[in-house]
Amino acid sequence: MKQLLILSGKGGTGKTTLSSAFIYLSRARAYADCDVDAPNLHLINRKMGTPETSNFYGLSKAKIDQSKCNWCDICMENCRFNAIVFENNHYKVDSLACEGCSLCVELCPLQAIESIPTVTGELMLYRSPESIFSTAQLKTGSGNSGKLVSEVKKRMKEAAPEETTLAIIDGSPGIGCPVIASLSGVDTVLFVAEPSLSGISDLERVVKTARNFQLSCAVCINKFDLNPERAREIEAYCSREDIPCVGRIPFDAAVNRAINQGLCISQVPGPAQAAIETVYQNITRLMELAS
Amino acid sequence: MRIAVLSGKGGTGKTLVSVNLAAAAAQALYVDCDVEEPNGHLFFRPEKVEDTPIDVLIPKFDWTLCNGCRVCVDFCKFNALAFINEHPFLFPEICHSCGGCAKLCPQKAIQDVPKNIGSIKRGTSGSVTILSGIMNTGIASGVPIIHQLLQIVKEEKGLAVLDCPPGSACTVMESIRDADYCLLVAEPTLFGMHNLECVCNLAKVFNKPFGVVLNKCTGEENPSETFCRENHYPILASIPFDYEMGRLNSDGEIAVRRLPAYEKLFRELLNTVTLKTKRLCA
Repeated sequence: MKQLLILSGKGGTGKTTLSSAFIYLSRARAYADCDVDAPNLHLINRKMGTPETSNFYGLSKAKIDQSKCNWCDICMENCRFNAIVFENNHYKVDSLACEGCSLCVELCPLQAIESIPTVTGELMLYRSPESIFSTAQLKTGSGNSGKLVSEVKKRMKEAAPEETTLAIIDGSPGIGCPVIASLSGVDTVLFVAEPSLSGISDLERVVKTARNFQLSCAVCINKFDLNPERAREIEAYCSREDIPCVGRIPFDAAVNRAINQGLCISQVPGPAQAAIETVYQNITRLMELAS
Repeated sequence: MRIAVLSGKGGTGKTLVSVNLAAAAAQALYVDCDVEEPNGHLFFRPEKVEDTPIDVLIPKFDWTLCNGCRVCVDFCKFNALAFINEHPFLFPEICHSCGGCAKLCPQKAIQDVPKNIGSIKRGTSGSVTILSGIMNTGIASGVPIIHQLLQIVKEEKGLAVLDCPPGSACTVMESIRDADYCLLVAEPTLFGMHNLECVCNLAKVFNKPFGVVLNKCTGEENPSETFCRENHYPILASIPFDYEMGRLNSDGEIAVRRLPAYEKLFRELLNTVTLKTKRLCA
């Protein structure tokens, strides 16, 4: 099974639109949404029924037993995350700030602090006779999304039918821990770039991040006609960096219409649909999957 | 007054709204908290830029003192330490800089040493002061940079516009913690609506008053607008889908400084937010 990850650095460039089209075109047997902060792939995938759900426990959070605390201040003094607060004459843990290092638990001379396992997200696995789909939703305001991303990918791999040749993974925006977690173990990354000054800067930074993993990379430009000069700049960047540019997709109002009907763009004929099919063929050729 | 501009989904127009809002004010501080992919500076092209490096502390081992007791390795909840060849070994990119291993080492064989993870740049563009956090590539978390940015913001008086990272996770939380008001930017799609719902919940978790800015409005069906109406969330502005503005924006130009219609739109938005915040904070 080969894994294709769709990334962009900047959000809103069309990762999910492309992922859903590729899933449709390849009849993918296994796929995942790694944007656990703001997952959307399930919205165009509504025919899969009810998922198997399970709680995801992030790192345990500290909790102070007020009856044992004698205000020695050691916990607060040593917390690097400012997660111990003094409120209404009590030392308390700000659970949104606590990163779960448990140093306070170790240092408290009165054993007044305990580590409590906390649910920080929900994992969802959809199964149908044709395919499996792994996704998750991080609980609002929780950290540790990198770990959750790794779990989403692990579940996809474990549940993938044996005959799966291509798995498609919808990535998350940015270049930090969730992106680094999505990158590990995949075969190819397709970057979706937007033709703007911001889009170019974001692309360069995410490519730099991915380069540490020594994967095969490719770029496609979405909504290229909104600024053709910037699109050419992206192509020039790609040739300098020796990254294949596998296609240009025009702006097409049909994309939003498709999303709002819960359809994937490949089901709605138009210029974007045709261009995405070309990108798909190029990327499968690159991954040596084409028959 | 601190206004945080956020959206669950990326690419909805957070930077567009925050940059233009700051540019529409007589005097403002624009703060780019999207340290992973900062873009605000591309619009403002700030002058007289001062650069402050941001470091975190990571452990350094003194092998002559280490007796291989494993206390540090067993303690590290982030699995940033492994025991290899009778010695602890650090994976610096996973380390959360909690300082626990150094604190707990019975041999005092661990020292905290600085590691650079990025920088904060400060410059000016017209009446706007620009503060940009930028994380080095390959680093897992930019939270310490955001912390530092917010520390600076705390000491500033006057209007500050915070351009937040996408999503609703740790980095966003840090950015809105001290905000007086949250502006949520949403796209007219089902995706936009779904992610708007996530940030509305986030604003509620932090007990922050908020209003919505609808972006890229085409006149067609707008699930985000329907969602706001159904839940009685205030819509403070609707920005049309407009090729001219899109073009300016993609070239890194500030619409407020080029197109009078947008100067009016963002002035009005700023007034609305200012009035609401004053009333709510009074």
